[in-house]
Amino acid sequence: MNDPLLRLKNVALGYNANPLYTGVNLTAGEGELVSLLGANGAGKSTLLHCITGQLAPLAGRVEIAGRDIAGIPKHRLARLVSIVTTGKEMAGGLTVNELVSLGRQPHTGFFGRLSRRDREIVDEALAAVGMSEFADRMVATLSDGERQKVMIARALAQETPVMALDEPTAFLDVASRLETMQLLARLARTEGKAVIVSTHDVSSALRLSGRLWMIVDNDSRGVGGDCNREIIDGTPREMIKTDALGKLFRGRRVQFSPEAMDFIPSGYGKDL
Amino acid sequence: MMISEGDITKQRMMRLLPAVAVLSVAMFVSLLCFGAVEVTLYDLWQMISGGQPGDQTAYLIVTQVRLPMACCAFLSGMALAVAGLLLQTTFNNPLAGPSILGVSTGASLGVAIMLLLLGGGTAVGLGRYIGALAGAVAGSGVMLLLLLIFSRLVRGNAMLLIVGILLGYLASSAISILNFYATEEGVHSFVIWGLGSFSGVTTQDLCFFAPLILIAVAASFLLVKPLNALLLGADYAASMGVNLKRVRNWLLIISGVLTAVVTAFCGPIGFLGLVIPHVARLTLATSNHQRLLPATALWGGLAGLLCACISVFAGGGGILPVNAITPLLSIPIIMYVVINRNKLSYFR
Repeated sequence: MNDPLLRLKNVALGYNANPLYTGVNLTAGEGELVSLLGANGAGKSTLLHCITGQLAPLAGRVEIAGRDIAGIPKHRLARLVSIVTTGKEMAGGLTVNELVSLGRQPHTGFFGRLSRRDREIVDEALAAVGMSEFADRMVATLSDGERQKVMIARALAQETPVMALDEPTAFLDVASRLETMQLLARLARTEGKAVIVSTHDVSSALRLSGRLWMIVDNDSRGVGGDCNREIIDGTPREMIKTDALGKLFRGRRVQFSPEAMDFIPSGYGKDL
Repeated sequence: MMISEGDITKQRMMRLLPAVAVLSVAMFVSLLCFGAVEVTLYDLWQMISGGQPGDQTAYLIVTQVRLPMACCAFLSGMALAVAGLLLQTTFNNPLAGPSILGVSTGASLGVAIMLLLLGGGTAVGLGRYIGALAGAVAGSGVMLLLLLIFSRLVRGNAMLLIVGILLGYLASSAISILNFYATEEGVHSFVIWGLGSFSGVTTQDLCFFAPLILIAVAASFLLVKPLNALLLGADYAASMGVNLKRVRNWLLIISGVLTAVVTAFCGPIGFLGLVIPHVARLTLATSNHQRLLPATALWGGLAGLLCACISVFAGGGGILPVNAITPLLSIPIIMYVVINRNKLSYFR
């Protein structure tokens, strides 16, 4: 049997031996776009950091293509998993082409010289995100949405089976947000990657991702640091059907509306 | 076909290189020729080609005083500029630099401890410099270590600059205390040293000074690949396989050594490290270290020579302290950069 591209086995996660959650078992396969949902502070970034090897799990293991990433040196890991963040980098002084070329670093030698093949891969990555015409523009001249597409192209050029994106659409307008999620869904499919994206954009996630990982806190007023968080895994359809989404913001004045495919204020419409 | 912006950078580099080279040579030669004793180009040629020097005094002045000073000016400017660029990329902060982050002051404190406290001021010749150099390396090393620790504790670029400035003040106050308890001659030599000068270096010192700086600058060229990855910040760089700890250590060691060597030999020279990388970025229109780093080194050398020229030719027989000149040249450029930072591509 083929190993899934990404597998979390019995993972416990957290800082300073203080677990946020334990016993996490999740998999993501080829061509799958997984949206990671959770309230602020639920630990979305922590989970992503664990997948990218930036944070070691307290227990259990993270496998990419069947290999435990804990034993893989950083420069090798860079060929297995790439990241995109919200962070505003200081990349404005590079051309789009130079920025995407940085993605080839795990594959190039000591001085980072690009071979003809490397250049082709960079061109293909730019074409895949529809930014070929921008190749020679300075990054500083791009809009936020264009810039994020270029960062995704950079991750593509890294040619990793797994891509982890930490709120890549956070500062984007609705149009760019939808476009980016659409792009990610398409890339996962056409490039055969497992794409994990954390987001607050519930409606885009429901419409465009094949699977949801939802971090819920079963006891928001939990005492004594008991860990009551769990990660619910399922397709958007299952999540809506079982009303699992209702648990996402337990105790808050919002409710999930299946018609709107989004959260709305509790009791919305009653007063009208 | 559209001309790419990358090509524009290459074109600019091609146009700039000869200009910078010609200017550097012109300033270098004028530093050899002009001063209290004037030497003609013909005399200079005679000296270089090994013919009979017409005037023994002039020969000695050129080879023993002016040549080491000109070399020292070029190398110091280059060293500080490269150190500045490395610090700016390491801390992801375009307003970082060895003087503003307190690294130069840390090196000064090290020198002060050697000269004032341990009585190195009475030593002569190279021995004195080795003591000063050891102190400077230790001082700048400690300062960089503190900055590294603080860079993890404080959020935001501006905060780190403030921490650097504060650390610099701490080192200054330690220097003042040392001065208070030191002997009068010690204080005198330390104050003269603190004014900054390229002319204290002898030919003999240069044999020590030049290789150190050239090796450190060459080492920085080996780090171009991780430097470019660091433009995206630490997380991205690590995700692209950069060994953050090792690369950061090397970057800090190289910039520390560059700052320390210049500080030990010429005094704490301000601003060049901060401003020259900006001049290089503005003139080349790129942040790509493949071109930015060599350009910064060359611009730095040129700036060093310019400061030396002003300090000699405006001094009217004497030599103006370099630290009186660097702020005049640098601060307008820094002001321009700060005011226009939303329009400058490399800030975005």
